[in-house]
Amino acid sequence: MADEEKQDDKMSRRRFIRNSGYVAGGAIGGGILGTFIGTNFLDDTENRSQENNSTNYNRALKFFTRRSDFQILSAASERIYPKDELGPGAIELGAPYFIDHELAGSYGNNEREYIKGPFFEGTEYQGFQTPLKRNAIFMAGIRELENQSKSKHDKFFVDLEGEQQDEILKKFENDEVKLKHVSSAYFFDLLRSATLSGTYADPLYGGNADMQGWKMKDFPGSQMSYINRIGSEEFIEVEPKSLGDHQS
Amino acid sequence: MVKKLDKVDVVTVGVGWAGGIIASEVAKAGVKVVGLERGDDRSTEDFQMVHDEYRYAIRYELMQDLSQETITFRNNLDERALPMRQFGAFLIGTGVGGAGVHWNGDTWFFAPYDFQIKTMTDEKYGKNKLPEEYTLQDWGITYDELEPYYRKFEKMAGTSGEPNPLRPERTEEYPTPPMKSTPILDQYMEAAKNLGLHPFRQPSANISEQYTNPDGQTLNQCQYCGFCEKFGCEYGAKSDPTVTVIPTAQKTGNFELRTNSYVTGITHDGNKATGVRYVDVQTGEEFEQPADVVALTSYTLNNCRLLLQSNLGRPYDPSTGKGVIGKNYCYQITAIATGFFKDNFNAAMGAGSLGTTLDDYNNDNFDHSDLDFIHGGSITMKQLGKRPINENAVPGDIPRWGKKFKQESIKWFNRSIPVTSQGASMPHKNNYLSLDPTYKDSFGNPLLRMTYDFTEQDHALYEYITARCAEILEEMGAEVVEPKELTDHFDIVPSQNDHITGGVIMGEDPETSALNNYLQMWDVDNVFVIGASAFAHNGGYNPTGTVGALAYRAAEGILKYRKEKGQLVKRNKNGKLA
Repeated sequence: MADEEKQDDKMSRRRFIRNSGYVAGGAIGGGILGTFIGTNFLDDTENRSQENNSTNYNRALKFFTRRSDFQILSAASERIYPKDELGPGAIELGAPYFIDHELAGSYGNNEREYIKGPFFEGTEYQGFQTPLKRNAIFMAGIRELENQSKSKHDKFFVDLEGEQQDEILKKFENDEVKLKHVSSAYFFDLLRSATLSGTYADPLYGGNADMQGWKMKDFPGSQMSYINRIGSEEFIEVEPKSLGDHQS
Repeated sequence: MVKKLDKVDVVTVGVGWAGGIIASEVAKAGVKVVGLERGDDRSTEDFQMVHDEYRYAIRYELMQDLSQETITFRNNLDERALPMRQFGAFLIGTGVGGAGVHWNGDTWFFAPYDFQIKTMTDEKYGKNKLPEEYTLQDWGITYDELEPYYRKFEKMAGTSGEPNPLRPERTEEYPTPPMKSTPILDQYMEAAKNLGLHPFRQPSANISEQYTNPDGQTLNQCQYCGFCEKFGCEYGAKSDPTVTVIPTAQKTGNFELRTNSYVTGITHDGNKATGVRYVDVQTGEEFEQPADVVALTSYTLNNCRLLLQSNLGRPYDPSTGKGVIGKNYCYQITAIATGFFKDNFNAAMGAGSLGTTLDDYNNDNFDHSDLDFIHGGSITMKQLGKRPINENAVPGDIPRWGKKFKQESIKWFNRSIPVTSQGASMPHKNNYLSLDPTYKDSFGNPLLRMTYDFTEQDHALYEYITARCAEILEEMGAEVVEPKELTDHFDIVPSQNDHITGGVIMGEDPETSALNNYLQMWDVDNVFVIGASAFAHNGGYNPTGTVGALAYRAAEGILKYRKEKGQLVKRNKNGKLA
């Protein structure tokens, strides 16, 4: 353990890769490093696991029933966290699938939150008061994204230019769109926070594919200990670990 | 059909720090005690997979299930209170160990000024320093009187720390030395010294080296893993009740822990409690647990709620100022300035109370003659261990989403850090707790209603102390320093801090306080109410050290009551400790 950490200190795997450019995974050996190198250079085929090029059966829908709704969600989340020169965006990281899966469970059904009535509109300091559960809010918001797109541009949301999608999203963010029983700004906040969760949560939840969200941010994920590194004057790039890495 | 159980000596409602300390102390003295805990059992074994930001810091796995029970909230008496439907401003723990499991470990002693705040403020600044709607009171105990109990808590918890230059009354060394420092904390230390301030390494319950406490429980060395507040510690390196007082109580053979046991009321015969009623939340079965002494140890909010729901004590009425249960509810202001630095530092590495702090603007350590507030707050830089979902600070007018946001939030992730102050909160006659007339919990009982807003004192202190936070970051050479503004009114939505206090306060006068200085109810001799609910105001430090000290004091009171019966403190306004 200690030796492994020292190795990390001397030259992080990330820096190694940066410095050495393309290296075939097999040449380095298996394990995390091989996995990591593989990810950067394989096709970004959505449903392929980057490790062994087999189908990632986790990438299927649990909550959405219409593919079109899911595609609108995907396009919107990609505008929130786009692919750029730093690395992948929300779609490639799996954030839309993360959101779909969360909407099907305790998050989407507000299982641990107070949802008893009566419902009254409060002041802006009293927190959001709505009888709708999160999964219903997402559905309403997604359908209205499409509605706005059709009425303004006569096009599907997914077919708009990025800037056009942004304009519609900004209207939601600024609460300029009317939704039933919920403000569009609240929907937008949920969309934003869920996208960031899908980008940066442990990969066990289906997003942050291959920890690439963490790698972009130089976040080491789940490390057991920093006791020998906490005092370091230098910034140490630590190859991230997920909870899955601690299972074996 | 309520099943009546055999009587026990003492029953605690909740098994966190307060319940655990009561249980360990009375059980060690040979007294039989039952601990009723609404949540599940927990131990370090449950935290081996705890490094999961989404599960614990976003979805709040360790916190109360709000679908069962929440509070309602309004800013003032003219509003309709509405339910806190999800967590925001503050978090409420549940389960064995309570908030003591997910705390950061900041272990403070409140200042001598805190306990005699009314007397000392009047003496120094005159009687009209604060307008009369501030219901400022002494606590009915002095620092010197409480100090041995603080010491006891600290030895049990193994607190790591070093002397605070502005708290000379403390002469003993900490049980363990301060935690390791880091470059950014060293820079903070140096900058503060350059400004003529008095920084020091803050006291911590993330233990700097292995430590065995006087009860024989061993705490391990903190690993600086960066998952502390809102998480449990997989190493047993953060003092929490599940690795200290609870196993100590269990070792005696006199303590029975019953989990999933949700107390719905205190049974009583006139002014004497006879026990408690509770529901097994898994089966729905109802029980009555008779007891000689009831120790309410269920956190600030439920301590108050259970008394109101059980018709024990005199409910506070803000229109007359009469009554005591629900009075002097306080919070803290959380002042923040964020510094954005040129160079990366190891921001993901850290620990809950890995910090450097100063008291120059806390307590009455600076002259308030020309200021329109009293008290102050500690000013701290902490290296908590940054996590990526929650930490997306960007400077200036950068949008909250899109390409620019992505690039900037990534750029600054390892280069930004806040300096924060937790500013003391003074009680106000209109800030109080009562039962809600409309909303109910899953058992049909009324929710607790919080009526609370920031006071003028809060706004003045916030403005003053945020500027002090920013000055230190500027001295450190931050490229950008961004002080955060206080909302016009207290907002239940954005995360602030979990230090909610008052509602069942201690004091020297039964007319204006609910508890004597043993935390024994003035009106009900065999009920002790332990927690930050007893604070007559909230100070400029984290509350847990004071909760712990008061719990040791109350444990002594319970043992004393079993021998002497009756009131342990004379109902005399000018009385000293009995």
